[in-house]
Amino acid sequence: MSLLDYFLGTRKKTASVAKERLQLILAHERAADAPDFLPALQAELLAVIAKYIPVDQDKIKVTMERRGDYEVLELNILFPDQH
Amino acid sequence: MARIVVVTSGKGGVGKTTTSAAFASGLALRGHRTVVIDFDVGLRNLDLVLGCERRVVYDVVNVIHGEARLQQALIRDKHCENLYVLPTSQTRDKDALTQEGVAAIMEELKQDFDYIVCDSPAGIERGALMALYHADEAIVVTNPEVSSVRDSDRILGIIAARSRRAEAGQEPVKEHLLLTRYAPKRVQGGEMLSIDDVQELLRIPLLGVIPESESVLQASNQGIPAIHMKGTDVAAAYEDVVARFLGEDRPLRFTQPEKTGFFKRLFGG
Repeated sequence: MSLLDYFLGTRKKTASVAKERLQLILAHERAADAPDFLPALQAELLAVIAKYIPVDQDKIKVTMERRGDYEVLELNILFPDQH
Repeated sequence: MARIVVVTSGKGGVGKTTTSAAFASGLALRGHRTVVIDFDVGLRNLDLVLGCERRVVYDVVNVIHGEARLQQALIRDKHCENLYVLPTSQTRDKDALTQEGVAAIMEELKQDFDYIVCDSPAGIERGALMALYHADEAIVVTNPEVSSVRDSDRILGIIAARSRRAEAGQEPVKEHLLLTRYAPKRVQGGEMLSIDDVQELLRIPLLGVIPESESVLQASNQGIPAIHMKGTDVAAAYEDVVARFLGEDRPLRFTQPEKTGFFKRLFGG
């Protein structure tokens, strides 16, 4: 790419397009490969919590993701509004 | 005890066999007793890249079937005395490699060698799984290009889940990124993923960068591993890779574009 191209902005940087596309697809495919114990873990956690607090089946979310060198298990429970 | 290193990528044509031949030769040149095994059953090519195709008598499948002893199938490399090659079979039977057969060969080779380099076939089928199963370390060969990066990510997932170390719950396979066919000028122009881009996407430590070069074809034409192409960037880059693998600290080379003149920069070229 020449300086003229640069100033005229005639060419798009395709490398950054490639990087963005890869970031999306890799995140998606890594999520699909998540450990298969997650649904079971989610069901058991829900059963324990439901013994003490009334929660809806769809108000609990368990996800696992990689952040750098760590795997992060995220547990998200939405409690019902206080009456 | 030998270290087992798989050279893998998922995608074909990115430089696995070129790398296997150069890397194994480099280890041998450093005085390590090394054997390189071709796992691409039905598509034998490592022998051509190493220039020993006319000396193949027995292959890995003959050894597994008990038709030959391992010592009879090993070919001594003509370029360096510490290197041996175990060729693959040209059979079309895709089940020719058995889990037990490969395991027995690995056990026997471990007694005699310092390094066992496994040249994986492309894909994620049987041959590729066999090649990575016993690995202690993995060199993931990647081109700065979308399909290669995606396939490398895929193979990293498979190494993490299906290797012997993963199954046994041992320390995971040590992963290395080797970026090949890198064109610094195209990276500078924003038309090729950079080293940082690929590292950020794959998140594994960088072992080295091999520049795109005409010398690779010149080397394979003659059956000479690229690391022996004296005076070329590719040979020097592979020497650096081997040195880093053995624990030396070597700065990256050949990753910046060559200087071009003012007019060329102004008008492109």
